[in-house]
Amino acid sequence: MSLKNALAPFGIWARALARPYTIPVEDIMRAPADRYRGWHTNDAEACIGCGSCSDICQNAAIDMVVNRDATKGDTGLRPMVDYGRCCWCALCVDVCPSGSLGLSSEYTWVDKDPEVFRYVPGVDKKPWDDDTKGWHGGEWDLINHDRVPMSMLPGETRGQTWAEVVLGYSEEEAQREAARCLECGICTAACPAHMHIPEYIGAIRDGNYEQAVNLIYETNPMPEMCGKVCTRRCEDVCAHAKQGEPVAIRWLKRFATERFDDLREVIKADVAPIGVGKRVAVIGGGPSGITVAYYLAIRGFEVNLYEALPTLGGATFFGIPKYRFPMPSLEKQVDMLRGAGVKLHVNSPVDAALFEELRSTHDAVFIGAGLMRGKAMRVEGEDAPGVVNALTFLLEHHLRNNTDSDKVSKEPVVLPGMKVAVVGGGNTAIDAARVSLRLGASEVVISYRRRKEDMPADWEEIEDAEHENIQIDVQAIPLRIEQTPDGRLDLIWGPAEMVADKPGARPKPVLVEGVENHLVVDRIIGAIGQGPNLRWLSPEAQGTIADKWGWIKVNEDGMTGMPGVFAGGDLVNETADAISAIADGLRVVQGIPRWLGLQ
Amino acid sequence: MTIENPHVEKETQLWVGPQHPGVTGNMAIQVWLTGDTIQRGITHVGYLHRGFEKLMERRKFIQSFPIVCRICVPEPDTNEYLLAASIEELGGITIPEKAVWLRTLVLEMSRLASLVQQIGGGAGATGLGAVPNWTYTLRDYILDSFEELTGGRVYHMYMVYGGVRRDLPVGFAERMEATLRKIEERLPYIDKVTFQSSVWRERTQGVGLTDPAWVKEMGISGPAIRAMGFARDVRRDFPYLAYPELDFSVITSTGGDIYARMEIRRHEVVESIKIIRQVLQKMPKDGPVAAPIPNVFTWRIPTGQTYVRAEASRGEMGYYTVTDGSDKVRRVHVRGASYVHGFAMAERMFEGLNIADLHPTLVSIPTCPPEMER
Repeated sequence: MSLKNALAPFGIWARALARPYTIPVEDIMRAPADRYRGWHTNDAEACIGCGSCSDICQNAAIDMVVNRDATKGDTGLRPMVDYGRCCWCALCVDVCPSGSLGLSSEYTWVDKDPEVFRYVPGVDKKPWDDDTKGWHGGEWDLINHDRVPMSMLPGETRGQTWAEVVLGYSEEEAQREAARCLECGICTAACPAHMHIPEYIGAIRDGNYEQAVNLIYETNPMPEMCGKVCTRRCEDVCAHAKQGEPVAIRWLKRFATERFDDLREVIKADVAPIGVGKRVAVIGGGPSGITVAYYLAIRGFEVNLYEALPTLGGATFFGIPKYRFPMPSLEKQVDMLRGAGVKLHVNSPVDAALFEELRSTHDAVFIGAGLMRGKAMRVEGEDAPGVVNALTFLLEHHLRNNTDSDKVSKEPVVLPGMKVAVVGGGNTAIDAARVSLRLGASEVVISYRRRKEDMPADWEEIEDAEHENIQIDVQAIPLRIEQTPDGRLDLIWGPAEMVADKPGARPKPVLVEGVENHLVVDRIIGAIGQGPNLRWLSPEAQGTIADKWGWIKVNEDGMTGMPGVFAGGDLVNETADAISAIADGLRVVQGIPRWLGLQ
Repeated sequence: MTIENPHVEKETQLWVGPQHPGVTGNMAIQVWLTGDTIQRGITHVGYLHRGFEKLMERRKFIQSFPIVCRICVPEPDTNEYLLAASIEELGGITIPEKAVWLRTLVLEMSRLASLVQQIGGGAGATGLGAVPNWTYTLRDYILDSFEELTGGRVYHMYMVYGGVRRDLPVGFAERMEATLRKIEERLPYIDKVTFQSSVWRERTQGVGLTDPAWVKEMGISGPAIRAMGFARDVRRDFPYLAYPELDFSVITSTGGDIYARMEIRRHEVVESIKIIRQVLQKMPKDGPVAAPIPNVFTWRIPTGQTYVRAEASRGEMGYYTVTDGSDKVRRVHVRGASYVHGFAMAERMFEGLNIADLHPTLVSIPTCPPEMER
């Protein structure tokens, strides 16, 4: 052992004069790193209470607790974090679909009371609530917000064909899209029929298509229709929609039902035959009537369904164009009714006398007659030839092309080469415009009084119409219609400016006085809404079940003021879409057995 | 318990641990002594058992990340990497180039933090208080860098399937360089009290010997095998991440004693610093840090199995992972170097050891109990 080695340790005495190596306390209390993962923050207003944070937390540190009333798209729950369990991994932040959850960069928090270390971030106020440092979503997300794109016919050519525009997902695409679902179930609450959405999407993801359609059929007897044309409130509230594109719930339902050519072989209705020996009459073969008829029939009821038109489907038959919902799809659903044993009476309008007969010969009667009266535009010159109502236009068009009805003329209203104006901004307006285009109209203009973002029509429908070169004039208030000397129509309209209305309501269009614009066309189609028409009932019956405008009021079982007479669909439900009608039907499916004392 | 031993008349039984004076203390050694010489010893673990492997079988793939880092406190990132790499292999995910380099950086930073900590631990176990003070401070500087990069100091949870969670913060390389210099500046002083000190040499040379014959029998790796003259290093023998593109040496020594193992660590600190500098220099400046992965709530991985390995500061660490088509792993077997070193090898090393040399020997291996009872 050398002397050098013996003395070496003393070399560190040099450090006695150096600055202390340990860190002074003020350095320890330095600011945390920008992305330090500290105590939670949450934007309680942006949070939708989906519970993804709670699901991903492997420590079960997050409980969803009631914080406010549930609304569509918000469960009213908010995450409560227990810091006895939290390990600050921030997976909750990385999967937060609304981007509301974050971790502040706050290092320390000392308190004598252990209870305070369980709090609801964003609701229980903390000093670090507004800390922009720390770990927040947005920079990098663990979940994929991009939807698998749907293949469609190209916009340029599809104006010349009645073929279905949407081509549907392939199996691989459907499974990939289904795999995006976070299974939060916020959609189920928003769906009027409360369909088992996460469950059937999970079945599609796993390739269990039979299970998927069976889950779908538990709450919806027209899933192929809903899979193609549903107004899909579910997608509006999908957790993915907060920062990206919602799961394509509608297209997935479509995919599942289209897997099977004949659903009768697949659907296993497993319900008790409680209605054997009971008779129910259903008036109207639209979504609500089909729902009531199907679910009562599989429960053993004898169901007679009366439809005025030659074909079932109601508005989904005569209102929705076939490039969106083709006849074979509709027939597939009608076949299910036949398979369930429903007696179908088509071309059978019900009048006051038949109604009374049905009441006396059946244990219950359901009215789902829909809105068969198109609203007038209430502008001067509306009765000029060439001005038609969209409802009449679509009804006649579909009867002419899809049935052998002799009640309509063979001559279409819109002829090739014509220029057409459609007044309105709902789905009916878009449908009328796109049908006109396919009838050969050279130019189609939609004229709407509010802004494009205010249009009640489905945003995809609006996009599709624009891809087909349909022009959309917005903030245009129709003033009057004049006939031009050469036999054309002049739609005179004034520009509107948008004025703020009550909080929560859409801004109102207010006419800018003194300006008149001219739109010279060959046909004007008014598509500004539909109303009820109960004139087929006796005045007494009308007075008992409906208000003076013809809207029917029902109780929580769907029963009208007339005992044993139930109602649903657009006559009852002002939302006037198919899935709400189906939901009404489901209510009556529960209500009729209850009223008959069968449950 | 009565111990049959024909060679001695009186034998003392002693439990060393489980208390927690460092990485050797959260397990227990039961030793039988004659005088102050250990006749034999048995390693007892279980005091830290949390059932990591079993927990992973009940969690969705992503939920295992916050668990695996706890398998080794001083060096959590190796576990993160091995879990990520094995699931990515089975699930068919390729990580972007930038993530490859960031993962290499983090792995090497955690090796460095662990190595300096072990040097301090080794010196501390021989009674030198100043060195652990220095090295734990140095480790804390590295933890500062971890905090800046990953958002966490001790448990980083930085790697996920598909890559890493965040890019380098602005100015990170300069601040990392400052820390590396602090470590380099300190090394000569550490040398003076340990490797150059005749007292310390006396204490560590020829003590805690390993036998090269054990290598094949037990599967020894890391500094323990390199201290017997075998140049084995997973980073060199089974290259992964960006290691093939990096210039570094595999340090060996021939003593097979405490001194040799500590000396290897001392030189590996230098190599590690070299690697970190290269990584920061060669890393692509742009590009994504993570590839998209399937929905973490519903991700299912087809049936498959794989063994992925990496060089931790203690030796070869590996994950043998089996998936069965479900959304959870069927089995993960965590192969930690400490398992071999702490049971088979340590128990042989105890024989004939002076009781005072027990801790320096254990620290020099070293063992990491959570890794043994995962």
